[in-house]
Amino acid sequence: MKLFDFIEIKVPAKPEYVGMVRLSTSGVANRMGFSYEEIEDLKVAISEAMTNAVTHAYEKREEGEVTVGFGVYQDRLEVMVADHGGSFDLGRVKQEIGPYRQTESIENLREGGFGLFLIDALMDKVEIKNDYGVIVLMTKFLHENEVGLDDDQISTTQ
Amino acid sequence: MKMNLEVEVVENGSTTNVLLAGEIDAYTVPKLKEALLPLTERQNQLIEVNLEQVNYMDSTGLGVFISALKSTKQYKSELKLIRLQDKVKRLFEITGLDSIITIDSTVRGGNV
Repeated sequence: MKLFDFIEIKVPAKPEYVGMVRLSTSGVANRMGFSYEEIEDLKVAISEAMTNAVTHAYEKREEGEVTVGFGVYQDRLEVMVADHGGSFDLGRVKQEIGPYRQTESIENLREGGFGLFLIDALMDKVEIKNDYGVIVLMTKFLHENEVGLDDDQISTTQ
Repeated sequence: MKMNLEVEVVENGSTTNVLLAGEIDAYTVPKLKEALLPLTERQNQLIEVNLEQVNYMDSTGLGVFISALKSTKQYKSELKLIRLQDKVKRLFEITGLDSIITIDSTVRGGNV
């Protein structure tokens, strides 16, 4: 038996396609049974990854494509966003992510610096691979029936 | 491709009301930036941005509001975001930006 279904979408690396991928994300997540709030989280996270890929392609003046893959599992959704352009400095990116702290001066605020931070905050698990192009792999778990399942587990172990 | 963001600007003395409707993302954000930033480059203004009809926003929107905040401060003006939907307000909270940008989400009572 197949462990998961896989859906793949390939779009031009242009900002006008970010909304289309967001709609697809919403459709997949809705059918899986994610809550309204969780779907909103997924929409933002996937859009952030798309925006990164698109901006990246634009800076390099590439007419590239972005590949988005949805791994639909029984208990989770895995989303992969891959741009096949160059690479970025992962160490630098990791240093730059974080929320605003009141000790920072407003002048130093990074206007484009919250994308990866939001992905990290809104998803359960995030991996970034930087070997060939940039691949962001994000996971969100389904929490429906969680209470019921936990109850069962408690009663059987007791 | 259709751009799903409407920007309406209403000037009212020293207050400028900006009404937004639709989605703020990488595609629509240049339109917002183009409309909003010039308004913030004037002295002693209150720029009130109504986000009631904004049903999607991500970090691209946060970026523009950070730019607008910096600009209003530079010109001794004030930026205020009003009537945010919960999902939009949440992004300001997660990122900590609600501590520096004035956000008023209370819906006006009126005569109901």
